[in-house]
Amino acid sequence: MINTDIAIVGGGPAGLCAAISAAESGAKVTLIERNDELGGQLVKQTHMFFGSEKQYASTRGIDISDILLEKLEGHKENVTIMKNTTVLGRYEDGVITGMIDENKYLKFNPEALIVATGATEKFLGFPNNDLPGIYGAGAVQTLMNVYGVKPGDKVLMVGAGNIGLIVSYQLMQAGVKVEAIIDAAPNIGGYLVHASKIRRMGVPIYTGHTVKEAIGSDHLEKAVIWQLDDKWQPIEGSEKEYDVDVMCVSVGLSPLNELLVMAGCEMEYVPELSGNVPLRNEDYETTVENIFVAGDSCGVEEASSAMVEGYLAGLTAAAKIGKIHPQYEEKKADYIKQLDDLRSGPVGKHIRSGIDKIVRR
Amino acid sequence: MLEKTGVPTKEQVMNEFPDISRINEGPVVVIECFKEIPCNPCTIACKFDAIHIGEDINKRPEVTEDNCIGCSVCLSKCPGLAIMLVDGSKSEEYVHMTIPYEFYPLPEEGDIVEGLDREGEFLEKVKVLKVTNPKSYDRTPLVKLEVSRKYMYDFRNIRLEEM
Repeated sequence: MINTDIAIVGGGPAGLCAAISAAESGAKVTLIERNDELGGQLVKQTHMFFGSEKQYASTRGIDISDILLEKLEGHKENVTIMKNTTVLGRYEDGVITGMIDENKYLKFNPEALIVATGATEKFLGFPNNDLPGIYGAGAVQTLMNVYGVKPGDKVLMVGAGNIGLIVSYQLMQAGVKVEAIIDAAPNIGGYLVHASKIRRMGVPIYTGHTVKEAIGSDHLEKAVIWQLDDKWQPIEGSEKEYDVDVMCVSVGLSPLNELLVMAGCEMEYVPELSGNVPLRNEDYETTVENIFVAGDSCGVEEASSAMVEGYLAGLTAAAKIGKIHPQYEEKKADYIKQLDDLRSGPVGKHIRSGIDKIVRR
Repeated sequence: MLEKTGVPTKEQVMNEFPDISRINEGPVVVIECFKEIPCNPCTIACKFDAIHIGEDINKRPEVTEDNCIGCSVCLSKCPGLAIMLVDGSKSEEYVHMTIPYEFYPLPEEGDIVEGLDREGEFLEKVKVLKVTNPKSYDRTPLVKLEVSRKYMYDFRNIRLEEM
């Protein structure tokens, strides 16, 4: 049994920041990550981040990961990092089980738990969507930006949200031809500056279009798209065909919440937050005492807000078990203000309305 | 239009340009940040008080053209690569335009490359005047180009000849 003040599940932007903040408050932290590397999705983000200075805006995601790891290193006396460790369950007595290196079971007994498990990719149903060559955007980014492997030569990008737009740009930087970007929605979902920078490379963006089918014998050879009417019904005869060997599906994320469900946290389906999310208070504590959440697992947003949520949850979770940061009030107010700033504009409108549905004051 | 295609209208673009008299005085930034998003590194980058967003980081940047000295520091700091520099003080026939360009191979000074508009369509061949890529630009190099005046409001990108 591994005893610890706070166990944090997930070493992405939210989990790393939660670990830094909790350790800084004086709590002994065990950070549990299923991959062999910390940083989560940050390690694939070669583009500069938005936001303000406090969320490392204008710094590339890959470098933000290094900045956070360095900060964490500064608190190493309070932090135990467990990589290659997958958390399997959380039980009524508060014990968490995990598996390290795919061969050894472990038990953790934390006073508080922070779930920062992130999100999982949604997929799209269409004929032959299981052909090799059809990827989620995360896999394409992993191949390209982690392993330096081109996923193919010609790509159809499905999804014009920020991820679809950014991955299209990164594909072009890697020398891969992006034939088109399509999105079923009537308007581009991602930031328009991202859309414009891809558009001026000559890549068309077709809103109101979706995939009709994929064609190929043992791998993707063609993708057929068609237009949708204003009731989202496909228009016969509007088909367009692309000779592509890659289709990259980037149609959104859903919060990864199994651990929260298993722990008995009260959940609610909130479309604005992209799925089933836990009810929580302003300290990011769920309805189960001493279980906290941060990042995409409590509502899909940008990495900038995931980091701030991590800092806040680390601070409040530590305080809950008696490890109160000397500048607790000041720091808490700052994190809350940063989150308000990030969410206050028109792009944060749906996030604000989603959060209103789950926060119990 | 912009929300559907990613291409701003000519009117939207021209609204972001300073008067031609200001352009002819010397280099000045043009910021194409049309949608309110939570982002403000341009204001932090500018040491000349020429770019303002204010308390609410979701507001669009406002440029005080008289304060802009054309130092180009903000160009490499904008995560949306939405800022370019226009200088009409050099010749009657051409303007100098500086854009961020994050692709390899980088062009070299003296190269003739294809000048493209906001849809990636070919406008004219343009001459590369300068390529700057210091460490402080953090892998967002800037390319200065000589562009015909008639394409000043259309030019936004380059394509290198097939290698």
